[in-house]
Formats: sequence, C-alpha cells, structure tokens
Amino acid sequence: MQVTRRQFFRICAAGVGSSSLAALGFAPGEALAEVRTFKLAQATETRNTCPYCSVGCGLLMYSLGDKSKNTETAIFHIEGDPDHPVNRGTLCPKGAALVDFVRSPNRLKHPEYRAPGSKEWKRISWDDAFDRIARLLKDDRDKNFIATNDKGETVNRWLTTGVLAASAASNETGYVTHKVVRSMGILGFDNQARV
Amino acid sequence: MTNHWVDIKNTDLVLIMGGNAAEAHPCGFKWVTEAKAHRKARLVVVDPRFTRSAAVSDYYAPIRAGSDIAFLGGVINYLLTHDKIHHEYVKNYTDSSFLVKDEFSFENGLFSGYDPEKRSYDRSSWGYQIGEDGYARVDPTLQHPRCVFQLMKAHYSRYTPEMVSTVCGTPQAAFLKVCETIAETSAADKTMTIMYALGWTQHSVGSQMIRTGAMVQLLLGNIGAPGGGMNALRGHSNIQGLTDLGLLSDLLPGYLTLPRDAEQNFGAYIDKRASKPLRPGQLSYWQNYNKFHVSLMKAWFGDAASAENNWCYDWLPKMDKGYDLLQVFEDMGQGKVNGYVCQGFNPLGSAPCKVKVSNSLSKLKFLVIVDPLATETSEFWQNHGEYNDVDPTKIQTEVFRLPSTCFAEEDGSLINSGRWMQWHWKGAEPPGDAKGDQEIMAGIFLRIRALYQKEGGAFPDPILNLTWKHKVPSSPAPEELAREFSGKALKDVTDPKDPTRVLVKAGEQLNGFGELRDDGSTSCGCWIFSGAWSEKGNLMARRDNADPFGIGQTLNWAFAWPANRRILYNRASCDPSGKPYDPARKLIAWDAGAGKWTGADVPDFVADSAPENGMNPFIMNPEGVARFFAVDKMAEGPFPEHYEPFETPLAANPLSPGNPMVRSSPAARVFKDDWATFGKADKFPFVATTYRLTEHFHFWTKHARLNAITQPEQFVEIGEELAKAKGIKAGDHVRVKSNRGHIVAVAVVTKRIMSLNVNGKRTHTVGIPLHWGFMGLAKNGYLTNTLTPFVGDGNTQTPEFKAFLVDVEKV
Repeated sequence: MQVTRRQFFRICAAGVGSSSLAALGFAPGEALAEVRTFKLAQATETRNTCPYCSVGCGLLMYSLGDKSKNTETAIFHIEGDPDHPVNRGTLCPKGAALVDFVRSPNRLKHPEYRAPGSKEWKRISWDDAFDRIARLLKDDRDKNFIATNDKGETVNRWLTTGVLAASAASNETGYVTHKVVRSMGILGFDNQARV
Repeated sequence: MTNHWVDIKNTDLVLIMGGNAAEAHPCGFKWVTEAKAHRKARLVVVDPRFTRSAAVSDYYAPIRAGSDIAFLGGVINYLLTHDKIHHEYVKNYTDSSFLVKDEFSFENGLFSGYDPEKRSYDRSSWGYQIGEDGYARVDPTLQHPRCVFQLMKAHYSRYTPEMVSTVCGTPQAAFLKVCETIAETSAADKTMTIMYALGWTQHSVGSQMIRTGAMVQLLLGNIGAPGGGMNALRGHSNIQGLTDLGLLSDLLPGYLTLPRDAEQNFGAYIDKRASKPLRPGQLSYWQNYNKFHVSLMKAWFGDAASAENNWCYDWLPKMDKGYDLLQVFEDMGQGKVNGYVCQGFNPLGSAPCKVKVSNSLSKLKFLVIVDPLATETSEFWQNHGEYNDVDPTKIQTEVFRLPSTCFAEEDGSLINSGRWMQWHWKGAEPPGDAKGDQEIMAGIFLRIRALYQKEGGAFPDPILNLTWKHKVPSSPAPEELAREFSGKALKDVTDPKDPTRVLVKAGEQLNGFGELRDDGSTSCGCWIFSGAWSEKGNLMARRDNADPFGIGQTLNWAFAWPANRRILYNRASCDPSGKPYDPARKLIAWDAGAGKWTGADVPDFVADSAPENGMNPFIMNPEGVARFFAVDKMAEGPFPEHYEPFETPLAANPLSPGNPMVRSSPAARVFKDDWATFGKADKFPFVATTYRLTEHFHFWTKHARLNAITQPEQFVEIGEELAKAKGIKAGDHVRVKSNRGHIVAVAVVTKRIMSLNVNGKRTHTVGIPLHWGFMGLAKNGYLTNTLTPFVGDGNTQTPEFKAFLVDVEKV
C-alpha cells in the first residue's frame, strides 16, 4: 500500500482504526512532520500531598525517567489532583509553584560545618557529621543527665539539649523522632504547633 | 477540625474569626463558596482587617486585635438574653445542669484561688459538687443558682453590646447584626461552622478565645452536626500529625501525657488519667488509658517493657515544669542549654523577639540544623547587614547543617486539618547528598547507641533497648514506622466476652484501638492512629472518592483518625431518641431494627448502645456531656474572661477597671527580664498584628522563584486615617518600631484597615505580613519577630504574635 504523506495524514485523521495501519508497517517512506506530543504523556506520574498548609491538597507530580535504577528522575511539573475530594484539581499560588520549591537553588545539597567563631561553612561527610554530633550529644547527656531530683525522686531527664521537630515532616519521621528524643530523656522538645 | 474541609459544604452559616481562610487556605475555602452557591449559606467575617475572606463575605464586622473574648462573650450574652439557644441540646448534651462547688467565685476580674506571687491559681474550687453516690450533682431544670447555666448567664451578663463596642471598637450595630445572624442557627435544623486559625491561637489568652467560640457553638447545638463544629485551620501540612504524635514537651503520642516528678507511682499515674464517669451510664473512654499507655511502651521498648518494671515507667523523663519553646529559649539565654537540634524549624524567624532568640542561640555550644533549605536559623551567626547584624567571630557555637529531602522525595503520610491521614509517594531523588529525615535520625541515634554500648554512660537502658526492628537499620522505612504506630498483636488477642474467640492472631496488624490490651499483648505507637495500617493494608493510601450518601464524607478516601470517623461527636447530630436533628442532613441515626447506629459516618459512640441507655454523646469526657464550665482544665479560669494583650493601648481592662492585676491575663507566664521589654502606649500607640499572604508560606516560599516574584518585597499595611496623620503615602518606606526593635518596609496605605473607637479613643492598627528574611530569592527583609513580645498563652505558651504595640514613622 503506497500512500503519500498527505494521504497518510488524512487516514490518520479518520481515526484510531486507520492510524493502526501505521503500526502494521504501512508508514510512508518519507520522514514524518509530526505535532510534538505532550511531555506529560511520557512522564511518570506520582501522587503526593502539598507540603504547605493543612488543607492537604492532592498533587500529581510529573517526572522524566521511569524510576529504573540507571535513570535519574527529575520533577518538571506539579499540578492538583482532580480525583482529590478536597482540592478537586485546584491549587493555590503556593501549591501551583511547588516545582520551584523542589528545584530551588537554595536547596541544601551537602552536609556543612561552621566552626566556633568562623565566618564560613565547610563541607563535611555524612559520617563525620554523624560521628561528631553523636559525640557532642552523648558527652552532654552523660555530663548533665538528671536521674533523681532533690527529693530523691526518679526523674531521668536531660535538660541541657533540646530538639525542635518539623510539622511539615511526615508522621513516620515524627514518630521515629519522638521515640529517639524521649528515649534519651529530653524534655525541651516541641514542633511548630507550639508557635 | 471537629469536622473537615468538604463538610463545610453542609453548613448554613460560616463564621470566620481569628483566621483568613480565603487567603491562607484557599483550596479549603472553596467549600465555603460551595455552601454559599448550593445551600445559600452566608459568610460572616469578624477581623481587624477587611481581609480576602471579608471581601467575599455577606457581612463584615471590624474588631480590635486581641479583644475576641469580649466579642464572643457578648454573643453568649445575646444568645442567653434573647433565648436563642438550642434548648434540648444544651439541657441534655452539656454540663449546663451540673452544680458547681460553693467555694467557686468570680470577683473583680479574678476567679477564686488566685495567688498573685505565683501568678497562678489554686484550682481546687473549680469543680462540680459531688453527691454521696460519687456522681456530680445536677439540676435538670437549670434553675439552681449554682448550676453551670446560671453561673454562665451571670458571668456573661457583663458583656453587654455597649461593653463589646467599648472593648472591641466594633460599632454596636455591626455587633448586633452579627449576633442576630448567628442566633438564627439555634434552630435545630440549622448549623453554623466556625473557622479559625492562628488569629485566635497567637494571643496570651488564645486558648480561651477558642473556648469561647466553642461555647457559642454548644449553645447553638452546632457541635457534632454536619456543617457545624469548631474548625481549627491548622498551619503546616502535618502540624496536626505532629501534635497527634505528641511532639511537644509535655506529651506522649495520642494525647497521653508525661508524668510529673511527684507521680512516682505508676498505678496512680494511670488512675489519675483514667477518669471514672461523673454521671451514671456514661462511657468516659479515657478509662482505657492504661491500654493505650502499655501498648505505647511495648512499641517503644519491646520485651524490655514488662508488668514487673511497670512497662518501663521510670524510663520516661518526668517534668518538674513545662519545657516549651519559650522556656527553652529563656533557659538557653541563661546559659543552661548546650545543644539544640532544629529539624525543619526556623526559630530565629518563628519564635518571638528575634534579639532574644539570637542571643540565646549564640550561647549554645552546638546547633544541628536538618532542613531541605538554607534557613535563617542556620546562619544566625552570619552577618547579613541590617537584617542580621551580628559579629561571627564572637559567636562560639558549632553549627552543623544537614540537607534533608522534601515532600516530593519521600514516601509517608501527612494529616490534614480534617484529621485525614493521607499517604504520599516519592517522585524523585533529592539533590546532591541530601538524605531523608528518618535516615538522618537513624544516623545520629545508632551512633549514640553504639557509643553507649562501647563506653557505657548515664542511664543507657532506654537507649539500648529502644525497639529498632528495621530491615535496614540505618534507614527505617516509612512503611515499617507506619505499621508500628498503627499497632499489632504480640500474642493472640481474644474477645473479652468469649476468650476462646481470637480477634487478631499474634503478629497481625490491629484493626483499631478497641483491640488494645493492657497486659502487654499488643503494641501500638499512637493509639488514635490504630487501624490506619491493618491486615487490610495501608488504609491511608486509599483513593476511592465515592460519596454514596451525598453528604461529603468519602469514608474510603485515606483514613481519618480516630477509627476513620469524619465528624467528631456525631452522636450529637441526633436528638436524645437517636433521630437526626435535620433529616435532610442525616449523618448517623439509631436503627432500632438493626440495634445499632448507622449512616454516612462512623458513629462516634458505642455502636450498639440504644438511646434509652442514656449514654451521652461526649464520650471522652467523664461527664458524658460537653463543658461550658472547664473545671480545672484552663489556667485562667473555668469561664473565659477578657483580658487585654500584654501590650495594649488601654490603661485598664474595661471589664474590671479598678483592678490593675487583671489588665492582661493574670495567669500567663512572664519571665522576669521580659516585663521590661513590653512597650507602653505612650511611646508605641498603635496596635500591630502579623499575618500571612496567599502567595507565601512563612519563610519557606521566598526560596521558590515564582513566589518570590509574586510578592518580592516586604511591606506593611496602614489605614488611610493613620497614613494621613503621619504624612505617609503609599509606596513610602516606613520604620515600624516596637520596644524590642524595628523593621523598615514599604507602606501600603489601604481602606482595608479601619481605625476604631476603642474605650472612647481613636485606635489605629498596623498590619505586618511575616514572610521576609535574609535568606532566599526574594529581596531581603526584616524578620517580623524582631518586633514581637516574648510572652505566650497561659495554657499552651503559644506566643502573642497577633496583638502588640508599635510606632510608625516615615523613613
């Protein structure tokens, strides 16, 4: 079956049935001029929740890369989830700009350290950061832990170190953070719900 | 929220006060628009500013910032004196008939039991009369002079329309118009919803403002009804979840509370919290406290928690006092705190009084920042010119800045304002070497544990025995943690009525908190979340948006705590015989044939308890009913009373002008040195209030380019009258000063901020949006907490960001 380019487009326009001709190998010999398909059609769609306010709007995030091991995924578009009962696809001026938060030039990329009296950051490795922080915390706890109060009552608290947790973090992060913090006896512990 | 976002569509009247949902929660506000369009609902806004919510309201009334209790107390007085209350509801579902102790009194602005030295109350007189049968005494006729109804009526009789107008600056006609509109919802088949936010919480009497709103709703019978309720529009996306999980100085997960020093006896600790019913036939669900607590300790400490060691009771830190954020920064300033960890928190901008926060941070030995973005707090030591004028060489704090993932780069659940636990999925890798928060916590914790294993040290037992059963210990998976807080059976859980019947087999996930036990056979990290991940799978990830009853409850979308219940106290949407007050909006009802409560929502009740049993709807309270009289639960007293903000333009509290002790809250904690930092009206004559803009989210979105473009530069809003008096034109730069510091910003001169007559004097308001700082893509600006006072609510210690004093001048 020989078709000219013009005829080919006419067949395609007639519907899906005709365009399957192309799939069967009846493509024109010449290169096709084609309207570029939507990028979203090839993107991986992931469902998420807006991290800003507490309406909890459903999001659709679109990324290139299919999440396989040898590809890097990068989110290039975020929009409201039309199936979500609350936001029904809409987003506010904050949610609509979320991709600029994910890809903000001010995202932190590496662990950094500022020495006492210094005017600058220095990059350090995760291992060095964890080791040094663990050492500082343990030394402070060992030195200042209060097992009993003046009346001899068991109180098992540590007051010289405090923790602030993030109310935009997930429940899973919050739960594990609470567990760790209380196991050490910390009382100076809050999240943004306090303010 | 007692209700949830979509349920707003079921309302007849929306009162937005102490919030600005159209601006701060736009996609939730659409349900107000829905109610207006499809139910002919009306919207009333009461606010110091003519906000974006006010712009689409049916009626707007102005109010002076910080005077909301006076306004709402006036509403209570109006409803009582005009007999516009839901009589059946008030009589049956509230404590209105309960008799109060004879020793309780209120005089000259103070309740009984005040100690001026300690600035706090002995609350022992704030309670009900208890009869010989052990139950609270009641008078169902509501005529007894000591019954809650009569005491409340007397208390709020002082809140006349004249008094409201004097204190609030609201014109009397506007106040009465709001009262009339609200009063219409006292009809059994009408409801009002109250939507509030930080405009109520961020006051030295914030908790009592919210209580006053709740009392209005109880008088009208609007709690438990579809389209009703008290609806806190929370701030951050998971501030509800972190509160539920108890990440606050005095809490444990699920609103369990940490013990005090004196609570050395485990049994007594439990008994105090497992309240027995105060009336016959009531459930008093907290009687199960022990089950929740023991299951938590099993989740945290596993086999190490046993009946013999009181489930590791001694391993929990005990409190000699509260260690909230303000207390910690006070202690830090005194050199009593060495280390601090900020996980996704920017206290240099979000704690009050920047200069105090900055000085305190400078006294730390080490500070650990975990954040996806470069926050101001992470660079508190760095000189950023006029916006952060410090000398780094003089600050000896070691600072670590650890990059974490953001929402798009992780799996997990967040809880929205409507208590929906919604799962989300990872869509990309984080930039650079950034790690997830769980991995970072694990990285620090496992190293500390290894050090204790190697070296020993102070009380290592809880650290060494903390459960950590993760496939990859250095990176606990969200699924593992979610299953842990939802809970599982450690041994077979059997039916208490038939011990041969196994409800859940050992090792299986629990279906809900009804299956929790206090014998160590169940583990559950947060009892109110129980059932979110059952043997049916991860219910938080459900995505069926079907609404078969057409009333917006979508029970198969995600999971709502508790027990997938969408509207709290929903038993109260029915009359005592179990019929819905409004049959057209049936949420649940008693089905006599089936012998159970059924309907569009999960009943907030014992499912098979017939109405004739006389169990009342407020099953968490030992009374079985809701409280107008807060007994001993609130720092300032059982009935909310208006007190001025700590910085007020008034010389005295107009409700008790003769008592200087009660100008501002007599029960708020003020640190010694902070009294001197409060400004007075002679130098700082204008009322200031802070707020958010729809284009920005705190100090976070100025790092996002589009948001930085839409609101690039710091501004303040002032009314035309004040602008004229000060010779300020729109676009001028102005300096706004408080007694703690100053900011410079562009002046927006607007009709939206009105000047009011307060106590016979013209009073002006300055509006201060809070988004700018010295980090980010937007033009640098001043952190607005440069201006705010270091004082918090007497109960929650939430800072008074919403009402303080400033002066304004053209630069």
